[in-house]
Amino acid sequence: MQICFCGKLSDNERFSIFVTSIWGRLINYLNSKHTAMHWLYETLKTKTVGIAGCGGLGSNCAMALARVGVGRLIIADFDVVSDSNLNRQYFFRDQIGKLKVYALKENLQRVNPEVKVNAFDLRLCSNDIVEIFSDCDVIVEAFDLSKMKQMIIETVLMYMPEKYIVSGVGLAGWGENNMLATRFYDKLIICGDGEIEVSEDLPPIAPRVGIVAHMQANQVLEILLGKMPYKKSQE
Amino acid sequence: MKILLNNRSEDLDAQELNVTELLKLKNFTWKMLVVRVNGKVVRKHEYDSVTISDGDEVTVLHLVTGG
Repeated sequence: MQICFCGKLSDNERFSIFVTSIWGRLINYLNSKHTAMHWLYETLKTKTVGIAGCGGLGSNCAMALARVGVGRLIIADFDVVSDSNLNRQYFFRDQIGKLKVYALKENLQRVNPEVKVNAFDLRLCSNDIVEIFSDCDVIVEAFDLSKMKQMIIETVLMYMPEKYIVSGVGLAGWGENNMLATRFYDKLIICGDGEIEVSEDLPPIAPRVGIVAHMQANQVLEILLGKMPYKKSQE
Repeated sequence: MKILLNNRSEDLDAQELNVTELLKLKNFTWKMLVVRVNGKVVRKHEYDSVTISDGDEVTVLHLVTGG
């Protein structure tokens, strides 16, 4: 609208509009330093999250954390990308046959080149977990097999009791959104329905696995940033 | 005795139980568990030797395959 009137304005008035516009931009720039996004970015870029397993839970959780700008992700897995993974895992058809940790590192850095990714191509055992995740602010349990879930949870509780561990338990099948919940046991936090095991009838597929992976990522953010500044309305 | 089991208060008739007995009593028949008594992990080979008494805080987590 201003442009329409410009022809009728004096040089002084034009100069005044110019100054106001520059000042407005400066104020916006200064304000941007204090926006929630700026605070999120500045806080998260100093954080490190460990992700044990790069399958349905790990690949999707890692991608969410990379997108919001967590500074460093330490990822570990021994497996290679296969055709059957593509129904839920954050890989592409042309990555079939590649080691998951390297394929995932590539995908994370394509989305956010600023995220540092330390990729470990190994089948994690108790000693490895203590060693490679020692610098992490939070550890995400993203294994497939229940005995591996048990191994990492016991390891972290016994040898790294100061660490938060966010585990995904119960994600098979489809629907039943309201069975998915988060349960708190001190620094061990469990996301998922807590009971439905993967079987021939109830395979792990994208939506439900993705929800649980994102519940884990969301919980990691709450640990790293604290509760969000929102007062629930009275029920 | 009164214990806190998975963040819920439970009144049990027995005065003392070991972990195996508690799991049987509460019908926790799942294969893959993580058990903690007063914050300390109890591994499977310790289930018979670790006892639970009044006021203890017990966590029994059931883990299922999928990821």
